[in-house]
Amino acid sequence: MAQLTHRTSSLLKPLSFALSSTRHLSSTTPITVETSLPFTGHNIEPPSRSVETTPQELIKFFRDMALMRRMEIASDSLYKAKLIRGFCHLYDGQEAVAVGMESAITRKDCIITAYRDHCLFLGRGGTLVEAFAELMGRKEGCSKGKGGSMHFYKKEGGFYGGHGIVGAQVPLGCGLAFAQKYSKDENVTFAMYGDGAANQGQLFEALNMAALWDLPAILVCENNHYGMGTAEWRAAKSPAYYKRGDYVPGLKVDGMDAFAVKQACKFAKEHALKNGPIILEMDTYRYHGHSMSDPGSTYRTRDEISGVRQERDPVERIRKLVLAHDLATEKELKDTEKEIRKEVDDAIAKAKESPLPDPSELFTNIYVKGYGVESYGADRKELRAVLP
Amino acid sequence: MWNQVVIRREEDMLGIIRQRVASKANPVSSLEQGIRLIASRAFSSSAKEMTVRDALNSALDEEMSADPKVFIMGEEVGEYQGAYKITKGLLDKYGPERVVDTPITEAGFTGIGVGAAYYGLRPVIEFMTFNFSMQAIDHIINSAAKSNYMSAGQISVPIVFRGPNGAAAGVGAQHSQCYAAWYGACPGLKVLAPYSSEDARGLLKAAIRDPDPVVFLENELLYGESFPVSAEALDSSFSLPIGKAKIEREGRDVTITAFSKMVGYALQAAEILAKEGISAEVINLRSIRPLDRSTINASVRKTNRLVTLEEGFPQHGVGAEICASVVEESFEYLDAPVERIAGADVPMPYAANLERLAVPQVEDIVRAAKRACYRSSSLSASA
Repeated sequence: MAQLTHRTSSLLKPLSFALSSTRHLSSTTPITVETSLPFTGHNIEPPSRSVETTPQELIKFFRDMALMRRMEIASDSLYKAKLIRGFCHLYDGQEAVAVGMESAITRKDCIITAYRDHCLFLGRGGTLVEAFAELMGRKEGCSKGKGGSMHFYKKEGGFYGGHGIVGAQVPLGCGLAFAQKYSKDENVTFAMYGDGAANQGQLFEALNMAALWDLPAILVCENNHYGMGTAEWRAAKSPAYYKRGDYVPGLKVDGMDAFAVKQACKFAKEHALKNGPIILEMDTYRYHGHSMSDPGSTYRTRDEISGVRQERDPVERIRKLVLAHDLATEKELKDTEKEIRKEVDDAIAKAKESPLPDPSELFTNIYVKGYGVESYGADRKELRAVLP
Repeated sequence: MWNQVVIRREEDMLGIIRQRVASKANPVSSLEQGIRLIASRAFSSSAKEMTVRDALNSALDEEMSADPKVFIMGEEVGEYQGAYKITKGLLDKYGPERVVDTPITEAGFTGIGVGAAYYGLRPVIEFMTFNFSMQAIDHIINSAAKSNYMSAGQISVPIVFRGPNGAAAGVGAQHSQCYAAWYGACPGLKVLAPYSSEDARGLLKAAIRDPDPVVFLENELLYGESFPVSAEALDSSFSLPIGKAKIEREGRDVTITAFSKMVGYALQAAEILAKEGISAEVINLRSIRPLDRSTINASVRKTNRLVTLEEGFPQHGVGAEICASVVEESFEYLDAPVERIAGADVPMPYAANLERLAVPQVEDIVRAAKRACYRSSSLSASA
């Protein structure tokens, strides 16, 4: 409970607190919520379906997920307007994983993921302006415009990227866990990957070492059922990813239910600190294709996509819970969404004002210590620089 | 104490030599030369000698002692005392949390090492040979080398990847490749190649202290070789600058660049060339990336002739880069085309005679230097 009041969120505006104060429940009155489905355990006793929460947290879940949703939709438009170039992998549909996870952990715990990283960045304390500016390759971007969509980082928020090579982030995440254990930090690392990456050899190499050395590593498979255009049953002999750790225990979680995610991550953190690695499989779904170059409808039906949107949408689920607990009216929630829309539009406008990086930035950050060495442009007689 | 004994010995030797030489009625200059030769031998025996293996071991030991964030990870580094005994004694001294034996899973443990470096630790990852680094090369390049740039300085990677590189003896094609050129091409990496024990100590210490990812290319056949080390080099604060080559032997007629084991071969070639009146300047590169272009170019501007020497494959090799650099920066100073001596353009064969043909030999270096000086006997009388 204390965790909720202490967490600073750049996403939450004062207005939302006003919402809950008009209700008969105080913002910190405990509420118990049941997860949509029971958890399924592999080599472990699963946690209970009853999750403790508060009105404040419920409203925050709604707001945070609605903001993430809006950011991704806006990015879709920016990409189509050619303001975002290259790769753009959108997370809409999967918001419950990012939000549920954040609510169970602290910023001293580490998160590392692959390229579908915009919302996780936001959850770790990244701002909308930093995100949009980075997507558009501008100076104010979180990586000063030099990374792009796949390379968002926020080290002070415990977010280690943002990686383009499928599967590489899992050994890296186990390395973060190794360092946490080495430093006696009592914190954990969530190494996230998709159903496509779940078959990578390096994942099993890293998992073996994590288990051998009791590293506080939590491997989180965001199973959205499609690795790019390949359905899970075409890529994995066993798509029961929570069981693939064999000797490593696993939990299957409804990834569209933010409270199930919260419970699972809380459970996993306690487990990892005592017993070493655990795998969480989040059963989730992405509405967009793999990336903006993929319509996402050649390998799955539109009925399937709309079916998930109707039955399992994570934002809708929280909206229903908020309304059921009488924490806000429909109108208030719609107003919140309008505010969010404006917040996102303002951030985009501000990001658009940010200039492209100075040409001298071509040669910065190659090394921490450059020893006065020279680096070269395409025509080295024309463009060269001394690295500081 | 020890030094005093040697000096006395040296005086005795000089005394004896003086008598002997005098009785043969040699001219004064040879006497002087003789004394100088004996004296230098005596002086070098008073300096400490150290094998490259001990140099690396002591460097690791000292850096681990100085900084608790430094740890070693790799196959057989702990209980086995190191596949080549480079990490001997370190497990006993620092314990299994800091000297970590891994399963045979390079991609996995290299990734783990890089992740630990992201968090702020200072890993030293050992590859049993750099041939196995190919299993982990994605982590070396994409996860380590590029991270500081992609994150605009947020994620720095203070990691060292070290191990034997290049040909050993009779180990065949899959265990003999030199990776200097491949790693040397990548911005974001630093690539070092020590030759002597001082190089090994100074460069490894510099690499461990460096905040960027460093690929440290050792050589198995050099591990057992002894070199004199100065008192300064034995101090625990010693380190050598990254990106600076060393002139191992000064010369006037032709520049020979080399790194790692080939430096020894170049020095032998220089001795032979000296007898034929060609004074060769031997540059020990020490650093493949950054490459010390200014030392190389300054040397070529002095000698006007260049032979590049390396053990690895010739195409797109280190010598090719040096040649390009010299042509770009010092074209007017070249009096002859640049000569390249490299490993043969073949996978390494096993049979001893074929293996000998696949790696540069001293006579290859001598021949190339003579060609650069237009002193080759196979050329028609164009000189």
